[in-house]
Amino acid sequence: MSKKIAGPEIERLVQLLSRLPGLGPRSARKAALALIKRRVELLVPLASALADAVDKIVVCPDCGNVDTLSPCSICRDERRDRSLIVVVEEVGDLWALERASVINASYHVLGGHLSPLDGIGPDRLNIARLVERASAAHVTEVLLALNATVEGQSTAHYLTDQLSSCDVAVSRLAQGVPMGGELDYLDEGTLAAAIKSRKRM
Amino acid sequence: MNWTDEGIILSVRAHGETAALVELFTRAHGRHLGLVHGGRSRKQRPVLQTGNHVDAAWKGRLPEHLGHMTLELRTGYAAQAMDDPLALNGLTALAALSRMLPERDPHPSLYEITLFVLGFLDDTTVWPALLVRWEMALLSELGFGLDLGACAATGSNDALVYVSPKSGRAVSASAGEPYRDKLLRLPEFLLEGRRAGVTEADVVDGLRLTRFFLETRVLRPRELDVPEPRLRLEAMLAADAARAD
Repeated sequence: MSKKIAGPEIERLVQLLSRLPGLGPRSARKAALALIKRRVELLVPLASALADAVDKIVVCPDCGNVDTLSPCSICRDERRDRSLIVVVEEVGDLWALERASVINASYHVLGGHLSPLDGIGPDRLNIARLVERASAAHVTEVLLALNATVEGQSTAHYLTDQLSSCDVAVSRLAQGVPMGGELDYLDEGTLAAAIKSRKRM
Repeated sequence: MNWTDEGIILSVRAHGETAALVELFTRAHGRHLGLVHGGRSRKQRPVLQTGNHVDAAWKGRLPEHLGHMTLELRTGYAAQAMDDPLALNGLTALAALSRMLPERDPHPSLYEITLFVLGFLDDTTVWPALLVRWEMALLSELGFGLDLGACAATGSNDALVYVSPKSGRAVSASAGEPYRDKLLRLPEFLLEGRRAGVTEADVVDGLRLTRFFLETRVLRPRELDVPEPRLRLEAMLAADAARAD
């Protein structure tokens, strides 16, 4: 039986921290110790930031993004191209695209992908609102920025079918050789996709 | 305890942050699970896609343990099917239905048929009919094989055009005529020795037939629904067949 080395409050802190991605029990203990040692500069502001987050974070009713504003900052941004909706699976994908600053459009977060294995059908995803948004007169294109996995592409085909009644062009991300990719290290699926979507020089 | 075999990936689930729990349909060891270390890495993710044909090496302390697997890609069927919604639905339906097989129970003949279907996934004129035959083989492996040799009512093997939903046996045109609304249509290409051309309508009839028995004999007793991709596949082919008429 393992001996308890700290009070229940500290044990609970360690236990909760260890549930975070990237942290196991050992690193959670280290993080907890760091917080305790820097109580004023770190622990108190973190607790207050977490309390604020709990109170203020909401899911945007339009696009499914998370923010402290409703509608979210992206939906409120007047400078964005409203004619293009970029559909992503998760908020993390939206953040990745925003970090790259490669597109200045509006987004739609599905909240996952179709997965018969996990019992996730179309009714569990934010699809009805997407069709509603794509039906608006100012929308001309929907870009399906979904993962190049079996589940991601199954979802993309399903969405293409659902969007067929809307007067919009449906596109998807290109697939092929990544930046800095060397051909002899690529899998055959990626190579096949790259060959299929080759471009004239 | 260890073995090496070949297999088809049926499902992949994340396990922790770096590993994946992979379910394979192997030739000699049947449906088998194993933990793949680094299964969520950039290198492994393209390999660990549903429907891919892989070489597997399994290692565990005892045979009944989950064990660890290392996988190497043989053929990337998933990547081949990704652009084609019909093929992708066929691939995922096949994988979802293969999961009905009992664990660690070899079904080498069904495995061969599965590879055969996957090999034709780029030819839409061929694989849907093969998938119907595969579902027939699956029903048979699960102990619910259909008896299409002779008419259940008359014993003759002439003009077999229906299947009884109760017995799973073929029924001839004349014997089945009064009950035609209650019987399932039997497409000719499923009869042994018949080499008639397969139309889209035949494939849809075949899919309806196998779906009925999969649903009532295999899925419903386990409180499962017909997988969504299988329903979508049938709906898409039915729409194509209606357009062709």
